[in-house]
Amino acid sequence: MHELSLIQNLLNIVMQSASDNGIKKVSSVALVVGENYGVLPDALDFAFHVLTQDTMCAGAALVVQKKPLVLRCKECLAEFSPQGATCRCTYCQAFRTEVVSGRELYIDYYEGE
Amino acid sequence: MKVVLGKDLLAANENKAAKNRELFDQAGVLVVNLISSPGSGKTTLLEKTAQFLGGDLKMGAIVGDLYTDRDARRLSEAGMLTVQINTEGVCHLDAKMVARALQEMPLTSMDLLFIENVGNLVCPAAFDLGEHVKVAVLSVAEGTDKPAKYPGVFRESGAVVINKSDLLAYTDFNVKNCLADLREIKENMAIFLTSAKTGEGIDQWYKWLRELKET
Repeated sequence: MHELSLIQNLLNIVMQSASDNGIKKVSSVALVVGENYGVLPDALDFAFHVLTQDTMCAGAALVVQKKPLVLRCKECLAEFSPQGATCRCTYCQAFRTEVVSGRELYIDYYEGE
Repeated sequence: MKVVLGKDLLAANENKAAKNRELFDQAGVLVVNLISSPGSGKTTLLEKTAQFLGGDLKMGAIVGDLYTDRDARRLSEAGMLTVQINTEGVCHLDAKMVARALQEMPLTSMDLLFIENVGNLVCPAAFDLGEHVKVAVLSVAEGTDKPAKYPGVFRESGAVVINKSDLLAYTDFNVKNCLADLREIKENMAIFLTSAKTGEGIDQWYKWLRELKET
């Protein structure tokens, strides 16, 4: 359940920024989550709902945008999303890869008045 | 009003980790973050390490567990300076927890500090604690396919200890296939096949730690 501590970080950042911008009520927060992070959308929602109670984010929507894991094959240089558990290149079957995307974990934007 | 942030959620953790790393470097202590599933033998490996390297290097351990202090007590008895962190259900250590534990840890009188992370192959890999190197510990009872199934943690690690080699005869663990998978996930990674219980193969692990400490 590291979703709780992640959402607490998210709220600290959003509420600081909202107060800097004179925003009193936040209506939505968009979060970009790389597939490689192993966070569960339901657990994020639950944590968001619990931790926003009695804050300026109460009732706001959490919009989670998932970014697929994309690897680059070091042998044939193709980029691919791995299928299932293996990281083997879908084109040349090599195993040596580097992460291109899928490790993101950032707040894209929030909306409020 | 829409406010674009693009702000990394783990930035606070990364900053704290950088501060921890600064403290480690100032004190001249090498810090190793041990990550594994529960029951892979991390604590036994550290007990053995303290037993054999204790006369040579001054060692400490920050031990992350959900609730008990059983592992810290074992390591303390083995001669390590230990601080226990109880995460109360949280599945990984973060840099702030380690920073808090460091207040109780006499870093300057130490050569080597281990951080024994919470037993979990997923979340701990995502949190930088300020360590110099991550080491993944895997036991043969867990199965050959763990590196292929959890490549993230192995990709982040500088070394892998394949432990409980004394059980090889009782499992269908395939050392050759596991090594091949590990090599393909990350080249040039140090790999040790050990039994922390019997001491088999553990001399190579000591040698690696000692060399890393010297560089």
